Amino acid sequence: MSVPKKMPLPAILLANDLLDGDVVFRTASGWTRDPRLALVAEDEATATRLEAEARLAFERKEVVDAYLVDITRDEAGLPVPNHFRERFKVKGPSHRPDLGKQAEFGVR
Amino acid sequence: MSLLDRNGVKAETWSREAGATQRIVPFAERAEALAGNAPLGVEIPNTVRVPELEPHFDRLALIAIQFPSFSDGRGFSIAKALRNAGYRGTLRAVGPLIADQFAYALACGFDEVELPPEVASRQPVEIWLAAARAFRATYQTSHQAGGKSILEQRRAARGGVVS
Amino acid sequence: MYRYDEFDEAFVRDRVAQFADQMKRRLDGSLTDDEFKPLRLKNGLYLQLHAYMLRIAIPYGMLSSRQLRQLALIGEKFDRGYGHFTTRQNLQFNWPKLRDVPEILGLLADVEMHAIQTSGNCIRNVTADQFAGVAADEIEDPRPVAELIRQWSSVHPEFDYLPRKFKIAVTGAPHDRAAIAAHDIGIGIVRNAAGEVGYRILVGGGLGRTPMIGKAVREFLPKADLLAYLEAILRVYNLEGRRDNKYKARVKILVHEIGIEEFRARVEAEFAKLDGPTINADPAEVARIAAYFAPPTYEKLPAVSAAHEAAKRANPAFAAWADINTFPHREPGYAAVTISLKGIGEAPGDATSAQMRAVADLADRYSFSEIRVTHAQNLVLAHVRQGDLFALWQKLGEAGLAEANVGLITDIIACPGLDYCALATARSIPIAQSVAKRFADLDRQRDIGPLNVKISGCINACGHHHVGHIGILGLEKRGAESYQITLGGDATENAAIGEIIGPGIGADEVPDAIERLVDVYLARRNAGETFIEAVRRLGLQPFKAAFTGEAGHVAA
Repeated sequence: MSVPKKMPLPAILLANDLLDGDVVFRTASGWTRDPRLALVAEDEATATRLEAEARLAFERKEVVDAYLVDITRDEAGLPVPNHFRERFKVKGPSHRPDLGKQAEFGVR
Repeated sequence: MSLLDRNGVKAETWSREAGATQRIVPFAERAEALAGNAPLGVEIPNTVRVPELEPHFDRLALIAIQFPSFSDGRGFSIAKALRNAGYRGTLRAVGPLIADQFAYALACGFDEVELPPEVASRQPVEIWLAAARAFRATYQTSHQAGGKSILEQRRAARGGVVS
Repeated sequence: MYRYDEFDEAFVRDRVAQFADQMKRRLDGSLTDDEFKPLRLKNGLYLQLHAYMLRIAIPYGMLSSRQLRQLALIGEKFDRGYGHFTTRQNLQFNWPKLRDVPEILGLLADVEMHAIQTSGNCIRNVTADQFAGVAADEIEDPRPVAELIRQWSSVHPEFDYLPRKFKIAVTGAPHDRAAIAAHDIGIGIVRNAAGEVGYRILVGGGLGRTPMIGKAVREFLPKADLLAYLEAILRVYNLEGRRDNKYKARVKILVHEIGIEEFRARVEAEFAKLDGPTINADPAEVARIAAYFAPPTYEKLPAVSAAHEAAKRANPAFAAWADINTFPHREPGYAAVTISLKGIGEAPGDATSAQMRAVADLADRYSFSEIRVTHAQNLVLAHVRQGDLFALWQKLGEAGLAEANVGLITDIIACPGLDYCALATARSIPIAQSVAKRFADLDRQRDIGPLNVKISGCINACGHHHVGHIGILGLEKRGAESYQITLGGDATENAAIGEIIGPGIGADEVPDAIERLVDVYLARRNAGETFIEAVRRLGLQPFKAAFTGEAGHVAA
């Protein structure tokens, strides 16, 4: 048996909305387009629950490409992905600050 | 439904059981069956090529070509090559194809498709029949009876001979 | 240019309806996500980092002004008011919603366009020389054969589930502007010793993880046999190409593994067995297509326009643009104009809807309502009277499209990179922007002369970095973006793959590194010698020394 990979924590769960394509984040009760409102899983149990909810949402044809992203909280306590790829995914194109979530939600 | 042809669900008349009157044998076990004279079908993985089958065309009433996944398109080329080489028996595609490939299968010379139950239950026969008619005409000459390719229709419109 | 007849029209309409139905079946569960994915990809629809991306086919780069206006409209209505022209002469929208795609495809069909086979493991949009029908060295116009291939390859029942993507390019001129040696099949229109026109067929070129230059599989193919011969190549590939490893699935790997002689033998054996007449288009069909590409009605003009010469003398900025951005037209008194989509500091290949409309208007006024997209991500107005160039330049300036840099160091090819692309490992656009800003001075650019910088944001090489004179490949290294520099690549008839000249460097070090390479050239070039010629003569060593001598510390 393979050893389960250790979950990097804390983490948020993001996905793309199936019909819109937009990046969405799992909250305590559903999905949000605003990364600042993402539920931060501090422990493995919460992260596992987020993944299970994402699987259900995939089966209900709500989202695709859902996965956990490990984050660090900034000074304001907001989640910032540790990997640069996911930071771009949460913010928007770096050369177009007028587009994406950086413009819509002021994500830095 | 797990077997269908261009008209819809089709009753299975072949069997893979030993001793069946119309039997489909695995390619690896063909030698013994070829020696008999019962109606014979052979099921091939998509790594078998036409020259291995060509000597037995007259003996083979059916050739079933396996599609290990819908994204592996080798079976389409094998079917076309078999038709091109003059095979006139039944060609069956076996595997988890999707309805959107039905028109391709028919155009390449397949007569029928045998689906695993999971695929058949998810994609009912109406979807297959509709998908087979998705295009009024396409650009390539087809093995499907009736339809004329766009090139043939243009030729006809010019007053040329339609083959 | 080609116009749809009733059959082409019905075909694209049926394709739109088919996609709408596929989407419905994805939502009702009769298609799984895994099954739907290749179907959407074959309609150009990717899921990118921030949103879906829709890649629209611009067959062999040809657009009418009406089509370009429709693209502008789609950009405004369903995207964020801009689009991105790609290295395969296509257009990508970065923000469409899946729910809107059937409607977008319908709008494309309204103007005889589609997104068929712009992605997926199938025969992709065929590309060609952007100066087709214009270049003086052309043996024959490549567009009729490109259109024939477009039709033949569309929804081909045998070849829609290939081991991997398959790209075909055509050039009609000995000077290769279509990079045919970097394609799965490259078709060169040639004349044989008997004076007959036919095709030289290259196979197994490609970039990506394992870059290869195409090899000749047939030195001379009679024109009538083309489609059957392509069918033979594709059948060999479909049956024998590797499917066990997606990185080894392109035809270049098959050709490499069995050798070109064996590959040729298999193709010729298959070709001999095929029923050519049921595959090949008959001469009347070929003639029908070719008639659409007859030259427009040119005016009889003097070879040199006095007004144009006077305008050049009076306005040095215009003279520079006219020298750099125009290409000689075979028709006296005309010029082909390349509109640079490489404004300094802009994203390479991007155009706003307003710019698309401006170009469409200028095409109506000055160039027979026709626009072309180049694989270098620029646009072309192919038939402009020399006497109109000054007015055209002024109007391009008003639209922010008068950058005089075609073929120069700031005319950078770049893929979208990690700013958009889900596959990217690093960003491309900001690198292009910083290099362009470093070399913004036009006198300096002109002194440096022809130099192709090409940037890819991952190993898949959509930015063609392998065949850039200077190539830049963005990778991830220890959790940060890192850029690998290659030198000596060439996409023309002298096709060559660039070689890595040193360890990866950080994004902020790229402009300095490029500058050091350019300085070696400037210091050591012979009179009249271009950058790539100097690299070939000098070898990589002096450039490597300049690169690593000062970049060494960052490699630690």
